[in-house]
Amino acid sequence: MKKINNLTWLIGGPQGMGVDSSAHTFAKTCASIGLYIFGKREYHSNIKGAHSYYPISVSDKPIRSHSDNIDILATFDKLTLELHKNNVVKGGIIILDKELSVELDSTKYVIVPIPFNEIIKEAALKFQKEKEYSKLQIMRNVITVAASLAVLNLDFEYLKRNLQAVFTGRRSKVLEINVFAAKLTFDYVHSNDYVSKSNYELRPIENNENLVLTSGTTATAIGKIVAGCRFQTYYPITPASDESEYLETHPEYGVLVVQTEDEIAAICMAIGASLAGVRSATSTSGPGLSLMTEAQGWAGMNEVPVVIFNYQRGGPSTGLPTRHEQGDLEFSLYGGHSEFPRIVISPGDIEESFYLSIEAFNLAEKYQVPVIFLSDKSIANSIQTVKIFDISKVKIERGKMLSNEELQDLLKTEGKYKRFKITEDGISPRIVLGQGAFWNTGDEHDEVGHICEESNNRTIMFEKRMKKIHTILKEVPDSLKYRLYGPGDAEYTIVSWGSAKGPILDSLEELNKYYKINFLQIILLKPFPANEIKQILSNSKMIIGIEANYSGQLCNLIRKETGINIHKRILKWNGRPFSREEIFKGVIDAINLDQERIICKAGI
Amino acid sequence: MAYKISDLKTDYQSDWCPGCGNFGILNAIMSALVDLQIDLNKAVIVSGIGCSGKTPHFINVSGIHTLHGRDIPFATGIKLANPELTVIVIGGDGNTYGIGAGHFLNAGRRNVDITCLVFNNGVYGLTKGQASPTLKLGMKTKSLPLPNINEAINPLVVAISCGYTFVARSYAYDVKHLKEIIKQGILHKGLSLIDILQPCPSYNDIHTKEYYEEVVNDSKRIYKLEETGYNGEVKDPNNLEEVQQKLSQAILKAQEWGDRIPVGIFYKISLPTFQDRLRSRYQREINPSKDRIEIDKKPTIDISNLIEKIRVK
Repeated sequence: MKKINNLTWLIGGPQGMGVDSSAHTFAKTCASIGLYIFGKREYHSNIKGAHSYYPISVSDKPIRSHSDNIDILATFDKLTLELHKNNVVKGGIIILDKELSVELDSTKYVIVPIPFNEIIKEAALKFQKEKEYSKLQIMRNVITVAASLAVLNLDFEYLKRNLQAVFTGRRSKVLEINVFAAKLTFDYVHSNDYVSKSNYELRPIENNENLVLTSGTTATAIGKIVAGCRFQTYYPITPASDESEYLETHPEYGVLVVQTEDEIAAICMAIGASLAGVRSATSTSGPGLSLMTEAQGWAGMNEVPVVIFNYQRGGPSTGLPTRHEQGDLEFSLYGGHSEFPRIVISPGDIEESFYLSIEAFNLAEKYQVPVIFLSDKSIANSIQTVKIFDISKVKIERGKMLSNEELQDLLKTEGKYKRFKITEDGISPRIVLGQGAFWNTGDEHDEVGHICEESNNRTIMFEKRMKKIHTILKEVPDSLKYRLYGPGDAEYTIVSWGSAKGPILDSLEELNKYYKINFLQIILLKPFPANEIKQILSNSKMIIGIEANYSGQLCNLIRKETGINIHKRILKWNGRPFSREEIFKGVIDAINLDQERIICKAGI
Repeated sequence: MAYKISDLKTDYQSDWCPGCGNFGILNAIMSALVDLQIDLNKAVIVSGIGCSGKTPHFINVSGIHTLHGRDIPFATGIKLANPELTVIVIGGDGNTYGIGAGHFLNAGRRNVDITCLVFNNGVYGLTKGQASPTLKLGMKTKSLPLPNINEAINPLVVAISCGYTFVARSYAYDVKHLKEIIKQGILHKGLSLIDILQPCPSYNDIHTKEYYEEVVNDSKRIYKLEETGYNGEVKDPNNLEEVQQKLSQAILKAQEWGDRIPVGIFYKISLPTFQDRLRSRYQREINPSKDRIEIDKKPTIDISNLIEKIRVK
C-alpha cells in the first residue's frame, strides 16, 4: 500500500547551487495539485559552498510545521546524503547521483540512482551547449526535482507547467533545456521501474480553498503595503533584509525604502518620517534591535508611532546569524533606560504575520507608542500554503490625528496647540509636521513640548505616558491578546508564542488522543494581558511552556505578571525550530517525567 | 502678511550662558527665515543634544530636539517623508563630528535637501568642557586636566570629500554674514553644511571672541573668502576638470587656520538630490505624506497583482 499525498521531501546541497529554487519548484508543483505545503529553509552564514537544505512537508490537510522524519531524500552531493540519511524513514526513498560510490542499505531504503552527468550531457548536445557543460551543472536541481516527482508517479505536465512559471524573463531562454532535462529524467525513472518500488505517491486532489504559497517576510511586506506603511528603513541583516528587498522590488506600491548606514539611522529616520505623518517602519534582527534601543526611548518619550519589525535569530552577539531562536523577548520588553509605554506583539505564523503587521501600525498610531513586531527566523524563511489574504477584514485606524480644520478649531478655543495635552486616557490629539508648530524633545517636557525639569510636571507627564498602558489593555480586543486552541476544560495547557505555534498545532490532535490538552498562544506580550492569561491558566492542572530559548522567557514573564508558575518547560536553543515530533514527545515527557526542563536538540 | 523676528520668538526662556555665541546664531537663523519668508507651518528645526540642541525651543516653528548625534537621520526621515518641508538641522561639534560622525558622513552620499548648521566651539559645553573632535592636539582649554591627546578633524574637508554639495563656514558674532550664508544654504537644492565658529565663554578660553576678532599682521584673523576673489561654486557640474579644480581648491582652502581663518562658501555644486534620484527610480514625484492610505478606514491600495504572484494555481 502506497502512502498517498502525505510525505516529507528534503533537498540538500552546497549553498549557491539552487537548493532554494528546487525546493520552491517542488513545493509549487505539489501545491498546484491541491496539496498543502510547509517548507523550512536551513542555511549557513556563507555565500557559496556550505551545506544548506530545505525539507518540504506535503499533506492533503493543512500543515504548519516540519518533520524530523524524511520520506524522500533528494541529493546531488555526498555530504547531503551523509548528513541526512539517518533521518530517512524505513521504506523511504533516496535519490542520488549514480556516480557516487556509497554504501546504502537497500533493504531499508528505495534507492534511486540518477545519471546526472549523462542527462546533462545529452541535454547539452541537443541544445548545442557542450561548451557550457560545467555551467549546466546547475540543472542538477531540476533533475533532482524531476526524479522526485517521477518516483512519486506525478504526471510530467504538472512539473512542466511550474517550470514554465519559474523560467520567465531573462531566464526564459533556458526554459527549454531545463524542460528537456526534466523529461529525460522522468523517462529514465519510469523506464527503470522505480515507480513501482516507491512506497509513496502524489495524486492531484480537489481543493476548494483559495490559497497562497508564501514566506513570512513576504506576508509581512504585503501587510505593510496594505497597512499604508510608506516609509521603511533597513540596514542589511539576515534574516530581516528579505522583507525590505521585497518592498524595494515593488516600487509601484509607493513604499519609500531607504538603506541606511546603520540601525541607529534606520530607526531615527523612521521616527522622523512618522513625525511627518507617514506610517513608518524599520526591519531588523537582534544586533540591529540592540542598536535601536536609545531611539525607542525617544519615541516613547515623544509618543511617536513607529513599528520595529524584529526577526529573531540565534544570539547573543552575532550568534547564529541564519538560524532560529526566540531569544529577544526579554530585550524587546525591557530594552532602554527608565520606563516608557511600548507594545510588543508576536505573530505565530505566516498568515498572522500579514494581519498582525497591519494591526501593528494601528496600535502604534492609536496609542502613539513604539511597537515591536516580534517575528522570528522560522516564520521569516519558511514557506507555507495559507488562506488567501482577505483585505475586506482589514481596518486602518489612525487614532487621534487632527485634520487641519480640527486644528484650527482647537486653536480658536484653546489658543495654543499642546502636543502632550494631559487627557483622561493618556493620549493627546496629534498633528504632524507641516500642519503647524509643535515641539518634541527627549528631555522631560511640558504639555507644549518644551524642556521642563519642574518636579510636579515630571510626576504628571510621566504618569500621562504610562497611563496609556491601561488604555491599551482596556481597549485591545482579546483576539489581539491571545488565542486558545483545543478544549476549554483541558487538564493540561501548553503556553507558547511565535513560530512554536505551528508544530504545537500540528501535534495537538494526536496529543489529545492521550490527554486533554489545550494550547494558549500569547500574541500581546507587552503590555501583558495578565488578567486574561491568569484566568485561562488557573484552570489547568499542569502548564507546559514551549519556546525556542534557553531560559523560558515567556514562562518567566507569566510568572512575573500573574504569579502563576509554569510547571514544565520545553526548550530549544540549538538554532533550529521545533519539529512536530519534538513537541509531541516533549509534551508526553513533560506530563510523565519528573523533570522541569525538557531540552530539544533535533535538527542538522 | 509678512512675519517679523518678533513673531518667531517663543515664550521659552533661554538658559545659555551670558555671552554665548549661540545668541548670535539664533538671531541669524530667525533673520534668515524672515528674509526668505519661509512658510512657518512648513519649517522644521531638528536638533541634536547639547547647548545647541535647545535652539528649536526658542523659535516658533516646529522643533524636533532629538538624540545625541542623530539629528541628521531624523531630519532625513522628515524631509523624505514630506519634501515640501524646509528642514534645518542644528548640532554641535561633538554631536555631529563625534557621536554622529557616521551619519554626518553618510548623509553626503544621499544629498538630501536639508541644511546642517554646526555650532562649533571645540568643547562639550553642557557636560562642562571636555575636548570635542575639533579641538586640536595639545590644546588645553580651561577645564581640561591635561592637554588634548587627540588630533582634530577638519569638518569642511570631510564634508567636501563625502558629497556635501554646499560647504561653508561662518562666525557666530558676524550675524549678518552668517544670516546670508544660512539663506544660501536653505536656498541650495541639496545637502548643506555650515560650520559655525562659536566661542564658548565658559569653557573654551583659547578660541574666544577676542581670538577670532584679533588683528594679526594688520589684517583681521577671520576674513571673508568672497572678498579675496575666491569662488567655490562649480559653474558646470558636468565639466569634470572644473569640478576637480574646485574640489582641490576647497580642500586646500579649508586647511588654512591660525593667523588667517577664512569664512564663506568653500564649495558649492548643483547635483541631483535624493529626491531627484527617487523621482527617476519611482517614475513619479515621491511624497509619502501625501499618500491617502485609507478611506473610511479601508485600505486604498490594490494588492491583487502581488497576491496573483503567490497564489496557488
